[in-house]
Amino acid sequence: MSGEPILRFEEVSKIYPLPAGDVVALDRVSLTVDPGEFIAVMGPSGSGKSTLLNMMGCLDVPTAGKIYLSGQEISQLNDDDLTRLRRDRIGFVFQQFNLIPLLSAVENVEFPLILTTDREESRRRAVEVMRAMNLNDALFTHRPGELSGGEQQRVAIARALVNDPDLLLCDEPTGNLDTKTGTAIMEILAEENREGKTVIMVTHDPNVAAYARRTIRIVDGRLA
Amino acid sequence: MFFIELAMRNLRRHKVRSVLATVGIIIGVVAIASLGIMGSSLSTLIGGMVSDVSDTVLVTPHLAASSGDPFDPRNTLTASISTRNVGLIEKAAGQHRVVPMIVASDRLRVRDTSGYVTIHAMPAADIPFLLEREAGLYPQGRSSGVMVGSLLADEFDLHPGSRIEVGGENIRVVGIAAERGMGIDINPDYAVIVTEDWYTERHGDQDYSRVVVKVSDLSAIEDVKAAIDQQINRRREVVDILDSREILEIYYETIDAMNIFLLGIGGVSLLVASVSILNVMIISVTERTAEIGLMRSIGARKREVLRMFLYESLILGILGSIIGGTISSVVAYYASASVGDLFADFAVSGEAAIPISVVIGYVAFAMAFGIGTSVVAGFYPSWKAAQLNPIEALRYE
Repeated sequence: MSGEPILRFEEVSKIYPLPAGDVVALDRVSLTVDPGEFIAVMGPSGSGKSTLLNMMGCLDVPTAGKIYLSGQEISQLNDDDLTRLRRDRIGFVFQQFNLIPLLSAVENVEFPLILTTDREESRRRAVEVMRAMNLNDALFTHRPGELSGGEQQRVAIARALVNDPDLLLCDEPTGNLDTKTGTAIMEILAEENREGKTVIMVTHDPNVAAYARRTIRIVDGRLA
Repeated sequence: MFFIELAMRNLRRHKVRSVLATVGIIIGVVAIASLGIMGSSLSTLIGGMVSDVSDTVLVTPHLAASSGDPFDPRNTLTASISTRNVGLIEKAAGQHRVVPMIVASDRLRVRDTSGYVTIHAMPAADIPFLLEREAGLYPQGRSSGVMVGSLLADEFDLHPGSRIEVGGENIRVVGIAAERGMGIDINPDYAVIVTEDWYTERHGDQDYSRVVVKVSDLSAIEDVKAAIDQQINRRREVVDILDSREILEIYYETIDAMNIFLLGIGGVSLLVASVSILNVMIISVTERTAEIGLMRSIGARKREVLRMFLYESLILGILGSIIGGTISSVVAYYASASVGDLFADFAVSGEAAIPISVVIGYVAFAMAFGIGTSVVAGFYPSWKAAQLNPIEALRYE
């Protein structure tokens, strides 16, 4: 790995103007993430951890400050460019509403690839990743509603990994799962990290955060 | 392809809703196509009705206010053209044939039925010139009997040799005029046709109700009109001069206005359909907000979301238009037949058949309109979907 950080925040602020007054979600946050890190972002609700994750994932742009993704400045990019970055270089796992109900499991996984690649190649790659997630082939054609919570989350992780992203971002990935299933999901993330993937996850569960090698704490929009 | 499939799946997920939206489009397309076809079959009929008199210049007493339409109620006024003026018209018309006629009414009695009937009186020599004969002979001179229109003959079962009572006088039917349809010069189908001599002998010398000039060469129409105008209307307006082309134009204007009205009704039903598509699409977008947020956050661009939803309304539009187009082709077939029947009752001999190209034209127009309306209606919700902020959309419940 080169010395270049995969992600760098320089004095990043995010202010939401509201009728009742501006809300400062992030207040001059600076941080660096090196390739291969496994980071847990912790903090109370409303502390700004989701805003931080959204910005890391090119879902949002800062009000002030600069963000670099693998050396490329992204704070001023337009919606199309940000979307392209999400599609090609970011993998997202959310706590809930993770899968598109109209698509089968395998179609969900191939979705980001279908936008750029032909269908056969997308399918081949999706199947490969799903098998790596220990998902039974028989489940591939099931709709999300027919899968268990753990299976759904594994499908979601497969989808997040299908484009071989630089960054795997997880927002409370075990939030809706029982402990045993949650542990299995964390094992998968840890395994991905061991294989070199940079993983950043938001959690408020210390047991989950324990899988990470670094923990960033955030309170009232500032790193603590 | 992928987004089309996704759109289809979503439509299938909400079958009832999609079917209802499609029904709206079907009704709209059928309305536009069949009303359009019906309108055009009407103009075809009217065209057939009046085109056989394209060589006619009609001279009528000048009216203070009139549309020029011979069927205008203002024209029922009993004005007349004097014999002197008929002479002037003859002079102006030169070698073209001039037929002065008296249009009047009198009591008709056949067996035990009686009522008023139109009487057309004209010089005996002009009757064979204007009217074709279905049976019997043309009336001659003063007392050799009368001719009756074919539909009147049908109604009372009259044949050459039958006896009828006209104005209280028992008289013999010598001939039946062939069915002619509505014409601007003369409408003999329900009338009794007599010679001028026969009429004046019983009613005294009369002025004429109208004068028909048959032009042997169509290009001479303008000259003839100008000459008559010059002869009679020099000092003041005495007669109105119309040619059949002008009258056709008046008809077509009326028919066009009706066509537009009919198409307007069809358009309104499509408008209603488009509101229902708009509604369905807004519901669909709202329901799928979180899904849209997810798609956007994992890499679907605005234009891809827009496309996905536009495909939905496009599919509804295409489906509705295909079904609607098929139905209207069938409806058109029967509608044109029934319009033909309807007009047959009015003694019109015009052809009811509509050219297939007209049917295809209207069906294609209606289908294109149906698809277009659907896409337009679907555009706003699709655009809204594409504009959703992915973060907020993801959180939407």
